[in-house]
Amino acid sequence: MIEKKITIKSIKGLHARPCALLVKMLSKSKSDVKILKDDMEVDAKSIMSILILAAGRGTELNFVINGQDEQNVSRELEEFFNSDFEEMNAEEINTNEK
Amino acid sequence: MKNNKNKNLILKGIAASSGIVIGRVFLLKNYDIAPIDNIRIPLSERSREVRRFHEAVVDTKLEMNETREKINKALGESYAKIADVHLFMLEDPIMIKDVTDKINKGISAEYAVYDFTRGIALSLEAEKDGYFKERAADIKEVSKRIIHNLISKKGKTISLEDVGKNSVVVAHNLTPADTVSMKEKFVLGFATDIGGKTSHTAIVANGLGIPAVVGLANISQSAETGDEIIIDGNKGLVILNPEKEILEKYKKEIKDFTVVKKELEKLKDLPASTIDGYSVEVFGNIENPNEAASVLSMGAAGIGLYRTEFIYFNRADLPDESDHFDACVKVVENMNGFPTVIRTADLGGDKLADLGLLKLEREKNPFMGLRAIRLCLKYPDLFIKQLRGILRASAKGKINLLYPMISNVDELREADKILQGVKEDLRKEKIPFDENIKRGIMIEVPCAAMISDILAKEVDFFSIGTNDLIQYSMAADRVNENVARLYDPLHPAILRFIKMIIDSGHNAGIKVAMCGEMAGDPFYTPILLGLGLDEFSVSLSQIPKIKKIVRSVKIEDMKEFARQILQCGDRDKIEEIVESINLSEDKTDV
Repeated sequence: MIEKKITIKSIKGLHARPCALLVKMLSKSKSDVKILKDDMEVDAKSIMSILILAAGRGTELNFVINGQDEQNVSRELEEFFNSDFEEMNAEEINTNEK
Repeated sequence: MKNNKNKNLILKGIAASSGIVIGRVFLLKNYDIAPIDNIRIPLSERSREVRRFHEAVVDTKLEMNETREKINKALGESYAKIADVHLFMLEDPIMIKDVTDKINKGISAEYAVYDFTRGIALSLEAEKDGYFKERAADIKEVSKRIIHNLISKKGKTISLEDVGKNSVVVAHNLTPADTVSMKEKFVLGFATDIGGKTSHTAIVANGLGIPAVVGLANISQSAETGDEIIIDGNKGLVILNPEKEILEKYKKEIKDFTVVKKELEKLKDLPASTIDGYSVEVFGNIENPNEAASVLSMGAAGIGLYRTEFIYFNRADLPDESDHFDACVKVVENMNGFPTVIRTADLGGDKLADLGLLKLEREKNPFMGLRAIRLCLKYPDLFIKQLRGILRASAKGKINLLYPMISNVDELREADKILQGVKEDLRKEKIPFDENIKRGIMIEVPCAAMISDILAKEVDFFSIGTNDLIQYSMAADRVNENVARLYDPLHPAILRFIKMIIDSGHNAGIKVAMCGEMAGDPFYTPILLGLGLDEFSVSLSQIPKIKKIVRSVKIEDMKEFARQILQCGDRDKIEEIVESINLSEDKTDV
């Protein structure tokens, strides 16, 4: 199990499109990924649940990754949140994976 | 039992289209507001119910992928990728799991989807951050589409295609998508929960010449299909399951009304000239090519406004050039050489978003947002398709082009540049069109009124859109009941704007028309005559009424009234003067 604290840096926060990209990325992994924020815990593969977190700029999220590819997922998350996801789109994620 | 409760239920709303009818309720349920019935599913049928849910998700996914492709084709990939969000919501594992669990507990698939998504939408709506708050709309959209597919598989969706004879359509609200498929012959009138005098329901009702009462708050909850109903579009009243006395009273009123109507019909073939021989044009407004057939028979000498937005509704893709061409040809062929003013798309970004064609971030203030000419200039392909269709049709009948919502000279020139490009292409392709096609602009934004002297030098005609001109000038939303009082055609500022626009047009030697609701209200006819308006473009049912007023007054008197009114800063005093004209006019015989 890996715990990973991430602070949202992008101006608009974790809005719908990046949420979709995040879900797309995570749904490929075999690990169970949860996001903890305050007293909430949601499934990170569920776009609706992530939206409910309303993670605006500066929000601190605690990712809990549990599974065989957890190391990999942790690295991907790190890269994802360091990237400028405002500008990213689904194809880029696709090519990155290929 | 319910019918007993609603015996002789009298509801007061807003009179949106005049006339009285007695008919039977046809209730159009709207699934975003009416909760789905929570029917208990027996144990033996639950696995089948789960399968229904999964099938509906698959169907919805297919639809959404199709829509995504259409957006991609029409507007490009950068817009299409926003549609991905809906697809991800549709496949949300938590939703699938929660809904499946609920169904296994005996809840119907429809209710399970409704219940889960409502929970999410409510949480989002409670957010302080506006962005996340507005995502509730996305959740609701996905929910609506799944539920729609669940219901349509059962063959239960009701649309206005299904109306029976003598129906009065009762709904929470009517949208263009609802009315497009309506069997017009069967519908006697409308009654809706929301809307105002210039709402879509009102415009359609006026166009069809049937009564409508809107803003009834909750009639869609009280009425049931088959209930007897009276619509009094003159007083803004609706009576559900009326008592015998009331029914008799209304039957008599309908009879009297028919007599007056016959009298107005006699005016059909007479010109719109004042007693002292001053002539104006009375033209018709239409929004559906089918209406064109009635324009000439109602006594209009042309179409002053063909709203082309309908062609964008009730379809899953954008209309192409041939769709525009066919619609325009249908209109001009009915006009026998009389002119038709065709307004280019007055769409809001929201309308395209509703079609699923454009996933704009929901605009905070759509009326001040990406609309009409602004939208057309931002997406020139949309505009070019329509212009090509219209220009090609101009070889088949007399067409004038009208650009909506111009607010500065640059927009006009930019639109003209696109028009020139389209003309050049057609010449190269040797496709015939009217080389001398006239083009005018709507004056409906106050800033355009203020520079109307400059704009007048660059166009062939003006058309004043009073609905927007008033709402923008008064900074008051005409549908918002709390401020609707401010929406006032007699505000001195509005009258001065109209005077300014007409004078600017006349100084440049061009004609000035008016196509807003104000032009079609006989109450304002004397003052508009006095201000010098050349053309009244009105809904078809109003044509004889406006003609009647024009034919009963002297232009010199009207000019004098207008002079007095313009000097008057007091709104109530203005109303008094206008009323006094209308009183004296009543005494005059046609």
